Amino acid sequence: MHFGIFSVGDVTTDPTTGRTPTETERIRATVAIAKKAEEVGLDVFATGEHHNPPFVPSSPTTLLGYIAAQTERIIMSTATTLITTNDPVKIAEDFSVLQHLAEGRADLMLGRGNTGPVYPWFGQDIRAAIPLTVEHYGLLRRLWREEVVDWSGKFRTPLQGFTLAPQPLDGVPPFVWHGSIRTPEVAELAAYYGDGFFHNHIFWPPSHTKRMVQLYRQRFEHYGHGSADQAIVGLGGQVFIRPNSQDAVEEFRPYFDNAPVYGHGPSLEEFSAQTPLTVGSPQQVIDRTLGFRDYAGDYQRQLFLIDHAGLPLKTVLEQLDLLGEDVIPVLRKEFAVGRPEHVPDAPTHEALVKAAANGDHCTSGTAEEQQP
Amino acid sequence: MTKLAIISGGLREPSSTRLLADRITAAVAAGLATKNLTTDASVIELRRQGRAIMDTLLTGFAPAELESVFETVADADGVIAVTPAFNASFSGLFKSFFDVLPEGTLSEMPVLIAATGGTERHSLVLEHALRPMFSYLHAIVSPTGVYAATDDFGAGQGSADLSTRIDKAADDYVRLLQSCGPRTRRDVFTEELTDMERLLTGWQPRDGGDTVED
Repeated sequence: MHFGIFSVGDVTTDPTTGRTPTETERIRATVAIAKKAEEVGLDVFATGEHHNPPFVPSSPTTLLGYIAAQTERIIMSTATTLITTNDPVKIAEDFSVLQHLAEGRADLMLGRGNTGPVYPWFGQDIRAAIPLTVEHYGLLRRLWREEVVDWSGKFRTPLQGFTLAPQPLDGVPPFVWHGSIRTPEVAELAAYYGDGFFHNHIFWPPSHTKRMVQLYRQRFEHYGHGSADQAIVGLGGQVFIRPNSQDAVEEFRPYFDNAPVYGHGPSLEEFSAQTPLTVGSPQQVIDRTLGFRDYAGDYQRQLFLIDHAGLPLKTVLEQLDLLGEDVIPVLRKEFAVGRPEHVPDAPTHEALVKAAANGDHCTSGTAEEQQP
Repeated sequence: MTKLAIISGGLREPSSTRLLADRITAAVAAGLATKNLTTDASVIELRRQGRAIMDTLLTGFAPAELESVFETVADADGVIAVTPAFNASFSGLFKSFFDVLPEGTLSEMPVLIAATGGTERHSLVLEHALRPMFSYLHAIVSPTGVYAATDDFGAGQGSADLSTRIDKAADDYVRLLQSCGPRTRRDVFTEELTDMERLLTGWQPRDGGDTVED
């Protein structure tokens, strides 16, 4: 199982000091956070993609390539890469280069984005988001799997005799997750191709997560990629940790109360009860996180959001120390207990290369794609 | 059994909006009884959901108690919606409730609209605010609504007038409910999945890699 963090990349005023970091400071802080994540033993760093202030990560592979150069082990990922408004050819190219530079330590999570104007800014129509996702992803898969691609569709100019350069590292495309909060179509898309499904698991009650994950698992089995409990599931989560529970609540409250997404709404206590947000001691975070398995089943990737809402870099780095020392080692141990043998490990480039060599396409394609 | 969800947007307790809602509900139940139909009426006081509605607007998801209100509305065969008239329209709380109600909930739902106000000058609020909103939500809005001004609750001819108007609106609504019959709840989740499955399978390459436009 993989543990990591995902960053939204917001530039937010620290409500306790009134100080707003510059864009440079925020970008450099993100790099420091990713490097620290590797240092404390985490497995994944994922960045969001946004095309408007107050966010900085508009060019995820530039950021990830820079981080990859300064790390050895951690996997670069996204949360999410916009499959709707990005050209699938450019996604294929960007992530192929990243894959080569990071020596396989790269995968990506596709999503549709939630900022309406991004669609017209990139010449797309938000009302066609779902068909656009299906068409763009269909093309992306072919670019990564066929040497010469002839393609035509509704949303992009046709391709004749197009060959992706560079080709995927070792002939194996980066692993793809599909991220969603409440769109069953995305779970269906992930299940259809046997890709991973990631539930944001921050903004909605666990009952919704359960429904979406169950749907994905059932449909994964329906499409013949394996049994439902072999589907590849990732979950988000949101934590703020201090050794003493009450200190965590007191310190995090002003950030919660003023957070851009949910601030000025429900109280910290209400939101903690209604969603997976956990503010407290390492043991509280451990207990709550282990509970995710009760409704999501044995899963492969757990990402935490820890660097948003104006939290200063120093605090975020302290959060990583607590995660790395007191939380993740226990989670690794406990999640392994009772985990059935046939439940797959978290996907890595090495595992995909090995599977490809064995001709095992269990979780990498539709029945039709597997035809020789 | 006809399941009715009564949505009352009154802010005070006791509230004249709730009073009007109760009188309309009684008249509708009496009308259904003459057709040998029983009524199961669930009253939803929006005041009690005020914070939950605002939290839902701000966070994007509904607390459990409001989710169960959504379920009540979705399971109903008909809705009676009553709001006070504020500043020439429905109250903000009333509008906010329908802003957070999951999309499609009121599709093909028979709805009786009603409003209260300080004076009869606001009576067209039914026609310029409530009816267009419910039409937009694909509800089937009963042709006769009820508007009650403060004076209508007084003794004398005003009172007789209001009772007559309530009975007329209830009669029309009972006929609408009868012709619509028990409502089959739409399963939007499954509909979306079916559409997606078609889209995905329609997209697959056929005959040596030629793609098919959907």
